[in-house]
Amino acid sequence: MSIKGKAYIAGIYEHPTRHAPDKSTAQLHAEVAKGALEDAGLTKADVDGYFCPGDAPGGAWPMVDYLGLKVRHIDSTETGGCSYLIHLGHAAEAIAAGKCSIALITLAGKPRTGAMPPRAAGAEVDFEAAYGATTHNAYGMCAMRHMHDYGTTSEQLAWIKVAASHHAQYNPHAMLKDVVTVEDVLNSPMISDPLHRLDCCVVSDGGGALIVTTPEIAKSLKKPLVRMIGHGEAMKGPRGGKDLNLTYSAGVWSGPRAFEEAGVTPKDIKYASIYDSFTITVLMQLEDLGFCKKGEGGKFVSHGNLISGVGKLPFNTDGGGLCSNHPVNRGGMTKIIEAVRQLRGEAHPKVQVPNCDLAIAHGTGGLLGVRHAASTCILERA
Amino acid sequence: MAEAKKYPTPQGNPETKPFWDAAAQGKFLIKRCTACGEPHYFPRSICPFCFSDKTVWEESSGEGTIYTFSLMRKSASGPYAIGYVTLKEGPSLQTNFVDCDIDTLKIGQKVKVVFKPTDGAPLPFFTPV
Repeated sequence: MSIKGKAYIAGIYEHPTRHAPDKSTAQLHAEVAKGALEDAGLTKADVDGYFCPGDAPGGAWPMVDYLGLKVRHIDSTETGGCSYLIHLGHAAEAIAAGKCSIALITLAGKPRTGAMPPRAAGAEVDFEAAYGATTHNAYGMCAMRHMHDYGTTSEQLAWIKVAASHHAQYNPHAMLKDVVTVEDVLNSPMISDPLHRLDCCVVSDGGGALIVTTPEIAKSLKKPLVRMIGHGEAMKGPRGGKDLNLTYSAGVWSGPRAFEEAGVTPKDIKYASIYDSFTITVLMQLEDLGFCKKGEGGKFVSHGNLISGVGKLPFNTDGGGLCSNHPVNRGGMTKIIEAVRQLRGEAHPKVQVPNCDLAIAHGTGGLLGVRHAASTCILERA
Repeated sequence: MAEAKKYPTPQGNPETKPFWDAAAQGKFLIKRCTACGEPHYFPRSICPFCFSDKTVWEESSGEGTIYTFSLMRKSASGPYAIGYVTLKEGPSLQTNFVDCDIDTLKIGQKVKVVFKPTDGAPLPFFTPV
């Protein structure tokens, strides 16, 4: 069974807040759910499937109760920042299988207001916890090895931030609206070699939500039609330490699966939402998804190739995690939302890709240099 | 030189107890599967490659090379070097590089294991040879 064309994204909502000390996390979930339902032209009573990972306070059952939902399908797969990309795939599967007809997916939280609770330890804890792996150095280790193996440079990585900043200048909600140069990135303080401060994404409060539904229901609503045509998911870790290679992500497996199901190739993609926790994350994922050969990502991202209206592959036209927001340290939701805006023709006119009929939303979750998941969604304007 | 860094105490469990007992004797153990012949780290009772339960403890040479590293500059306890070592026996593992000038570390550099105390069993780290 394939999900191709069997599920539509009927509602999207990105919370405008970037700092919300005056709201509760559950409240933010409710606000984004309400926003996505209003965008779709549906009501809470229509929802019969709910999807949330670990950012929902207490998990799915307290949230279902808090929101006042009555659902017949629940999924709380937790894969960090790409959870929402996996949930979109799982929602499409559930809809295709008739397990639900209107699925709600929410993300919300406040890491800018206060520290997030630590994640639960895995079997590796005694053998790794003491070494202080953080998001910064776990991605730094990947960048260091990528530079060693392929000659990738800090200047090339900086181009990814430059492209994001060009897009963010048009997003009134973006945290960093100033256009930056390669030199600005290289001159920003070193955080974890070889990643500079401007190689890193922002930390923001906020959230987002999606409504996923059947072709029939989507066609009865008023929004432009956007459908799922391919999905893939995968995980990667050191796996006993054999043949360790930190220069590729689990996207090498999730990407081809999604493209095969969709029946399209990277060359066909008009717009790409690529999770940008750090610049290196984008570079590695573009290679892994087949937008260029492994090792040639540095060349591919340089000289504005990711800037809408300038380069061949417009990416993260909302400014992405690098400039706009990174709600709950989880970038998967906003990747889907901006891809849907592009396919609907609702992106900012300065960054809207002309005749955008095919888009990819892809991300990783967890720590790229340690253990992570990846998910790829291919979306089409119907 | 700053005061020695305080490291978390390994909690241990029945599956990994022999590793920590050996560490207390200054020995660095890995696991090897006698069914497929593959070594692995961190230790599991069932081989992560062939899923055989015929895994045995083996003392590692403690020698290896740096696969990659990153120097964490923004840390409350001071800068530190996290990285991966590829052991002579094959498996790669996460560690910190200690007792050295971290600004001179290089991928491919030879390193060896060194144990650092905790309130319980000592923890393995690596230092340039």
